[in-house]
Amino acid sequence: MNPIRIPVVEKVLSANDSVAAETRARLDAQGIFSLNLMASPGAGKTSLVERTARALKDSLPVGMVNGDTSEAAFDAERSQRAGALSVHINTGGKCHLEAAMVRDALKLLPLEQIRLLIIENVGNLVCPSAWQLGAHRSVLIASIPEGDDKPYKYPKMYSGVDVLIINKIDLLPYVDFRMDYFRRGVETLNPGLITFPVSCRTGEGLDAWLDWLRSRAA
Amino acid sequence: MHELSITESILEIALRHAAGRRVASVHLVIGELSSYVDESIQLFWQELTRGTLAEDAVLRFAREPGELLCVDCGRQFPVRTPDFVCPHCQSGSAVPATGKDCYVDSIEVFE
Repeated sequence: MNPIRIPVVEKVLSANDSVAAETRARLDAQGIFSLNLMASPGAGKTSLVERTARALKDSLPVGMVNGDTSEAAFDAERSQRAGALSVHINTGGKCHLEAAMVRDALKLLPLEQIRLLIIENVGNLVCPSAWQLGAHRSVLIASIPEGDDKPYKYPKMYSGVDVLIINKIDLLPYVDFRMDYFRRGVETLNPGLITFPVSCRTGEGLDAWLDWLRSRAA
Repeated sequence: MHELSITESILEIALRHAAGRRVASVHLVIGELSSYVDESIQLFWQELTRGTLAEDAVLRFAREPGELLCVDCGRQFPVRTPDFVCPHCQSGSAVPATGKDCYVDSIEVFE
């Protein structure tokens, strides 16, 4: 008995994408602007959430969903102290967040009190880029000490995001980071990408980022 | 570890399209930029299909190369090229062309 061939042509992650679309519709209905924040470990995801929540808490109350590979909710606690309403997701070892995890986590947040939702993904430059979560914009943080070759080494991540934050620019005098080289790699993969050079430590450059958020979430 | 989720999705898609028939093979197209490891998917596949209609079904991988398109000479070159400099004309201007896809192309089933 010979098998018969059935054409399928279905994206492997189409089920995930459907859940993401439901989440997006839910956020739209609540009038919430949302970000999927991705970066390597230590690039400054939580620092950016802290800075953002502190600056915006009176005008745009921030909710945060934090994905980590462990039970330790350090990052969620940090953002909570900065004024964000936060929920921690233990991914159980998974290297990325998936749409269903975010959908379930949102049930634990008082969405009516939130105007800006930041989903802090697992620290990783490879896996998170494949899973849509339903957020309005995907934001990548690069940081100066990581080195200027990262766009060339992680093309999928750099080509798929809507906003790039270059963090730790206060360290530029101490690190061999060729900004032109870095920017050329980014421009090749993602022409015209909105970019904010900042330092979450000194606060430099953050006003432009916050203005952009205010204009989007208004 | 993302291959586990990927393999779960592949199995779900295959069984849904098989609609109760036994699956003989599953044909996948995986873009190089998606960074999925064939061997890991294969390993999870053996575990996950046990006791399902896709048990013993063969996974076939077609790799789609990750390439950039040179804006100046119009030719494509691998995304792994150092510094994204076009090897044909040395231009530094290129845009992503292929390699992001990841889909189940077809399945074979026993009637």
